[in-house]
Amino acid sequence: MKNLEKQFKLLRITIAISSALLLALLIILFTSSNPFQTMFDFLIGPLTTVRRMGNIVELMIPLLFTGVGVSIMYSAGQINMSGEGAFFLGGVAAAYVAVSFILPSGIHPILAIAAGGLVGAIISVIPALLYLRFNALPVVSSLMLNYVCFFLGLYVINYMILDPQAGYLASWEYPKSAILPRLFSVTRIHAGVFVAIALIILGYLFLMKSKWGYSIRMIGKNPNFAKYSGIKVGYYILLSQLLGGAIAGAGGAIEQLGIYNRFQYQRLSGHGFDGILVAILAGYNPKLIPLATFFLAYKRTGADIMSRTSDVPIELIFIIQAVIIVFVAAERFLEGWKHKRIVQRSKDALAAEEV
Amino acid sequence: MNVDEKINEYILVMEGITKIYDNGFVANKNIDLRVKKGEIHALIGENGAGKSTLMKVLFGQEQPEEGQIIYKGEPVSITNPLKALELGIGMVHQHFMLVPSLTVAENMVLGIEPKKRGLFDFDQAVKLTKEISHKYKLPIDPLAKVMDLPVGFKQRVEILKILLRGVDVLILDEPTAVLTPQETEELFVQLRELKKNGFTIIFISHKLNEIMALCDRVTILRDGRVTGIDDVENLNEKQISRMMVGRDVMLTIDKTAAKPKEKILEVKNLHYVDQYGKHVVKNVSFSVRKGEILGVAGVEGNGQREISNLISGLEGFQLGEILYKGNSVVNKSIRNLREQNISHISEDRMTFGTVSDATIEENLVSDRFYKKEFNKYWLFNNNYIKKHVNDLIKQYNVKCDSKDALIKTLSGGNMQKVVVAREFSLKPELVIANQPTRGIDVGSSEFIRNKLVDLRDDGAAVLLISADLTEIIEVSDSIAVMCEGQIVAYLNNQVHVSEEELGEYMLGLKVQTPQEIEKVMHYEES
Amino acid sequence: MDIIISNILSPQFIYTILRVSTPLVFAAMAALVVRKSGIMCIAFEAMMLFAALGGVVGSAYTQNLFVGIVAGILSSVLIAVIFAYFVLVLKSNPVLTGLALNILGSGGTVFALFVLTGNKGTSSSLRSLRFPVVNIPIIEDIPVIGQIFSGHNSLTYVSLFTVLAVYILIYKTTLGLRIRSVGENPHAAESVGIKVVRTKVIALMIGGIIASFGGMYMSMGYLPFFTRDMVSGRGFIGIAAQNLGGGVPIYTLIAALFFGSADAISNVFQTLRIPAEFMQMLPYVVTIIGLMFVGSSNKDSKEKTKKIKEIKGETT
Repeated sequence: MKNLEKQFKLLRITIAISSALLLALLIILFTSSNPFQTMFDFLIGPLTTVRRMGNIVELMIPLLFTGVGVSIMYSAGQINMSGEGAFFLGGVAAAYVAVSFILPSGIHPILAIAAGGLVGAIISVIPALLYLRFNALPVVSSLMLNYVCFFLGLYVINYMILDPQAGYLASWEYPKSAILPRLFSVTRIHAGVFVAIALIILGYLFLMKSKWGYSIRMIGKNPNFAKYSGIKVGYYILLSQLLGGAIAGAGGAIEQLGIYNRFQYQRLSGHGFDGILVAILAGYNPKLIPLATFFLAYKRTGADIMSRTSDVPIELIFIIQAVIIVFVAAERFLEGWKHKRIVQRSKDALAAEEV
Repeated sequence: MNVDEKINEYILVMEGITKIYDNGFVANKNIDLRVKKGEIHALIGENGAGKSTLMKVLFGQEQPEEGQIIYKGEPVSITNPLKALELGIGMVHQHFMLVPSLTVAENMVLGIEPKKRGLFDFDQAVKLTKEISHKYKLPIDPLAKVMDLPVGFKQRVEILKILLRGVDVLILDEPTAVLTPQETEELFVQLRELKKNGFTIIFISHKLNEIMALCDRVTILRDGRVTGIDDVENLNEKQISRMMVGRDVMLTIDKTAAKPKEKILEVKNLHYVDQYGKHVVKNVSFSVRKGEILGVAGVEGNGQREISNLISGLEGFQLGEILYKGNSVVNKSIRNLREQNISHISEDRMTFGTVSDATIEENLVSDRFYKKEFNKYWLFNNNYIKKHVNDLIKQYNVKCDSKDALIKTLSGGNMQKVVVAREFSLKPELVIANQPTRGIDVGSSEFIRNKLVDLRDDGAAVLLISADLTEIIEVSDSIAVMCEGQIVAYLNNQVHVSEEELGEYMLGLKVQTPQEIEKVMHYEES
Repeated sequence: MDIIISNILSPQFIYTILRVSTPLVFAAMAALVVRKSGIMCIAFEAMMLFAALGGVVGSAYTQNLFVGIVAGILSSVLIAVIFAYFVLVLKSNPVLTGLALNILGSGGTVFALFVLTGNKGTSSSLRSLRFPVVNIPIIEDIPVIGQIFSGHNSLTYVSLFTVLAVYILIYKTTLGLRIRSVGENPHAAESVGIKVVRTKVIALMIGGIIASFGGMYMSMGYLPFFTRDMVSGRGFIGIAAQNLGGGVPIYTLIAALFFGSADAISNVFQTLRIPAEFMQMLPYVVTIIGLMFVGSSNKDSKEKTKKIKEIKGETT
């Protein structure tokens, strides 16, 4: 019975992804003036040059952070969308530390990332606090909070670290001491990738193999049961949101110091929401997050290439994401197939019993 | 009488019904049911025998994998409840199908609402309600909100609701489970009246005396199969019960006399008030001693749940005193209580007792996973956990593919065994067992009851709360009876207590004097 | 300080409240109808964005406001139907489905705008139509009252009318009775033959229609064109208002106006020397604070505390 459940889950994800891709190709077919070249760019483009393959990894790094962060937050059953705000403000905090302090190379990025993590933790715990204390719906409060984070971040950039010479809304350039070293000359892959790898391993051990992760997951699956068993429900809800937010915030910081030379986001970056998609695809299991992230980063890179070489805008990627989420979340999707298999099994068993 | 005529005397025939649920559970196996026009037909069987499923199939709420339904001589396909109602089959569910915040009149006409100028005609709804209630002599206030009505009246609304829809066949799913004896008697009078008016009634129950008193014919189910069908007058209670459980019901548990020692749990002047301001537990005092099982009998909803939740720490404490080994445990955390070897079987195993989406292993360790031996540095000690869990599965006889099977794939009995394995395996000194065998198979029930007695013999104090009188009488050493939030009687079960006697106390027909009840505190010993 | 006070007390300020509250009232009423049917839907953001785009594109191509309205409504209802299909038929998690549709609303509208018109991000090159401004005869000439209540966009009046319509729908019609019954006890509704899924779909579609006007107001009233993500959380603020209003139409209206006044204050204060960012933040901060007042149900009820006191009095 367990195998069947697993098989079924896998089939559902496969169908979700392929139907999303199919839809994307259909849209390209109808909107592009040169559909086959566009499809090629979209599907195969990321593999054509080393730089593009490097792009995939660059895109993966921040998503690994938000993916793990969201997995931990959602495992506790909190639909907390504040990963987006945490990532953004984490980046702002890192930018602030980077340009406002003079520190030696080794310490500067660490402090900046720590600041990002701290800010992220504070952001993400707010919806949980409001939920525990006032029963306020986390979905709504966290989404409102993202706007607050956005404007707060803009304020910090505008009034505290604005470079008036930049010609657009951007901070001063980050000093060399704060920037994360690049690993290869052609790509922008940076040292943050090691942090990300460590995070996947630690995140997996924490969430799936430790008593803390167990407590969080049981609360997410049935808070009444957790309480009845003696697990401190409120404590672990707060812990999970703090941790998840810290990881997302640190991710925002690392993205700033690894990829950019100054803070220049004009809008929320969307990494937090992408993290939700990644976490859902991976079933909140950090072990599977690299795979889900690779898939998303690959599609992103393809869409990016496509939007530059053809007339199809990059927003196509949002349509794909939306389709994947709804199909993966669709519990009864393929249920008919599953039911038939189960009935067949039970009938066999019944027949065997009768003989 | 030839064959055709014989078929015609049946208003309803279900043939070869097989129903398999999504978790692979086969609820009905090739069931035949034949109901004659104008009779009260009993459908009897234990919990989980397949009665409710069969009726859901008849009422269009579940689709069978095999079989057919013939109604008034025609094969019919009942794909949804509307179809059933249109054919003339109505059902009064065990859990009332009413919308609490709406008035009686609104509930009555739901689905067939009268209209005036495009809008809902409330006055007409009130009028229709009054008419039908007058016609069948079932008085009701059409303007009352359903949530304010007592249970018996809610049931009356349900019956009126389907009568208003002009049905010929009424299905009643365990209608007496929630009623007092007076209400039950009243219901029987109403049902006989309806029978006189030509209605056909299918009456589901697992209470033999009710079947004997009310019904004409009976179909008996066991494990999803039909084990008997006959006129009630041709059968006696013993025969029916044998067909229900496959042997005589008189279960006997090997039990020596209790040797109670010092008091483990003392509850003094306990009160509880719910969110609506209802005084649910009223000044309750009792004590449970080491090596004794105190059974608390009572119709569900008379404060037993609240008492068990207050002692186990699930419910916020309000007023009174709870002493465990002489120390107050009020407002202690649940983990603290569990570490003091208090264990608790919740009456609701789906909400509190288990996580259905988690594995057997995850469910078995939920109260001990943090302990030293279960961890190695910062991570779980997988080898130890695996061995521990496999031992428990074996010891408690949980039937499953492996420890990694999801709880939701288990049967009710096996699910409860997982709960019991967890709650009984850490050498508890106080066990609060609230409805420990409700809705599970006979084998598992017997297993769990024996375990309770074993725990007692090992020196645990057991507080057994149950609505099942057989269980109470069989397992308990002494019995407290609750009615409307109070203890109304205290009986020593070393001498024989009869179900009838318990029943009279439970239903508030008899109350002991305060002096008699005070014995529940065991003052004389201390 | 004087400036602040005179600003807030001016008729223009109250006029502004009504103006900026209009999309919130629509969103809140849509949320109310859907909530009554027992569905947790957060996709109003997407419905409003698609309606904003649909209205602009429809009216620009045909130069006919009515066609624009129909296009706007259909775009929004399409999202509602997709939501319904996944949540009610395929049993998807409603929050995740809503999230997905909001992602679709954000990216899909920009994508569709580009594919349909070649515009990137805003529809400023389209000659789309606007809903007319209505001056109410007689009232417009009354000082203060006229300044407050007259001269609004026609949709502002429609939004107030919607509150009444929603009240009648929920409490005075058969459909409303059925919506409430499927929301409160779907099994009960099903057992008397009410099609639960169908009733919920209808509630969602009504929600979609109401929300569409909120979206069209954004692009054909509040602003004269469509821009990327122009709904900016108003769908969510609508949900918050519905929560705060406890599902009662009139209270929900008041809550929406309350959130709207935070928005209005931020508009007024932008002239003052307060950083613009803090003013822009205000509506969202107020919404979060508003949420704190909704669900204080964690605490003991009044009846409970009172009864406990009573018992204490008897025993001591």
